[in-house]
Amino acid sequence: MRPEYILKLIENNERIDGRKLDEFRKITVEKGYIKRAEGSARVKMGKTDVIVGIKMETGKPFPDMPDMGILKTGAEFSPIASPDFESGPPGEDATELARIVDRGIRESESIDLGKLCLEEGEKSWEVFVDIHTINHDGNLIDASALTAVAALSITKIPEIEDDKIIRDKLVKKLPLSHQPITVTVGKISDKFIIDPLKEEEEVLNSRLTVAIREDGKICAMQKSGNEGISHEDFEKMLDLAIKKSKELRKLI
Amino acid sequence: MMKTDEKLIVKGKRIDGRKPDEIREVEMKVGVIPNANGSAQVRLGNTIALAAVYGPRPLYPKFLQKYDTGILKCRYNMAPFSVDERINPGPSRREIEISKVTRLALEPALFLEEYPETVVDIFIEIIQADGSTRVTGINAASLALADAGVPMKDLVVALSGGKVDDTVIIDLCGKEDNFSDADIPFAFMPRKKNITLLQMDGRLNPEEVKTIVKNILKAGEKLYEKQKNALRKKYEEIG
Repeated sequence: MRPEYILKLIENNERIDGRKLDEFRKITVEKGYIKRAEGSARVKMGKTDVIVGIKMETGKPFPDMPDMGILKTGAEFSPIASPDFESGPPGEDATELARIVDRGIRESESIDLGKLCLEEGEKSWEVFVDIHTINHDGNLIDASALTAVAALSITKIPEIEDDKIIRDKLVKKLPLSHQPITVTVGKISDKFIIDPLKEEEEVLNSRLTVAIREDGKICAMQKSGNEGISHEDFEKMLDLAIKKSKELRKLI
Repeated sequence: MMKTDEKLIVKGKRIDGRKPDEIREVEMKVGVIPNANGSAQVRLGNTIALAAVYGPRPLYPKFLQKYDTGILKCRYNMAPFSVDERINPGPSRREIEISKVTRLALEPALFLEEYPETVVDIFIEIIQADGSTRVTGINAASLALADAGVPMKDLVVALSGGKVDDTVIIDLCGKEDNFSDADIPFAFMPRKKNITLLQMDGRLNPEEVKTIVKNILKAGEKLYEKQKNALRKKYEEIG
């Protein structure tokens, strides 16, 4: 009964929580939430709650990029966040989410990885972006991407003395050049919605996630959901994502 | 993204001599794996994908069965010897994601609700990789499904597009993929131009994104014909 009700509302341009179709929930961004991390943020999008911690480690650079730092993004759908999440290694959805967030950061050239090499071919900074879901009430992708970008924006690099990382001496800011904002547009019958609740996600036909840089460049896209989208709808969804990204950008 | 000093477009031609809107040599064959209910091999230039379909068959363990629909399972796998540096066997994060988007690219073409309590298994093996592996795999899987006689709304045609050296191109080879400004893996059902796979990474203006999508939709028609011919050919050979 509930899915039909949600569908009926949306067809009348209404939503169960009273929002407009293209309206975000109330969003709060709290930077520096985890003191032990070199950067962190906690974002609440309505009842969706995500924490991202950035840890800086050192490691061997990739052989094909010996003078670059390394970015690694992981996501864990902790069982505390939803009755649908189970413990164990990251599943298909968590892996996809981590890779979407990773592509937004990587392809926007957000982190200046060229400045993170310590010794060519031997040692570079590794930036670990770990996404932890605290409560899942829909739109985890946009919430996680926003949290990651907020956390990176305050990340500091610790001092290295005698090959050891001195965690309580944070000496410089993580070099950043760009800021990607990720927006997902959902499609239900012939309507497009922004920031779906978990219950709304369950009736979505398809979704398009778009990462947009501050200069307007598109850096990553991902279509998901069980149905296809028409060429015309794709263009509309892309344009809507670009438009809404401006609102999210103001929050960080 | 890696950088190269080498020009990827010289005098309007790509590193392998193609024009920007030209797809590589294509070879498609169905019925290549006798044990499978349906199978296909697709070659796009030097990228070769094999796909096998098993099912619809009963799904076990039983508690995974759905009473009102069949389910589709997909596994995209790269053979350890398919690239320069050996790939460790076992699913990587990349392969887990590609398996998922491949499943979502094919699902809209099927009538799974007609086969409750069953599973359709699709196994894709990339035996040689030179860029655009996921779309080559989807073309092979589409043919394998049709070859298995699984009812379909339409075939699924897949093709990549992107941008190198300020030029919009389609069907990226491995080197172009590595050094491109952007890459868009894409799949659609041509009859209704229904887009079932769309990913992108890189840096593009919104207008460039739209142009590449239009170019892929157009060039995909050729692959659609090739898929249909491959299916016809099997019966001509038997007949």
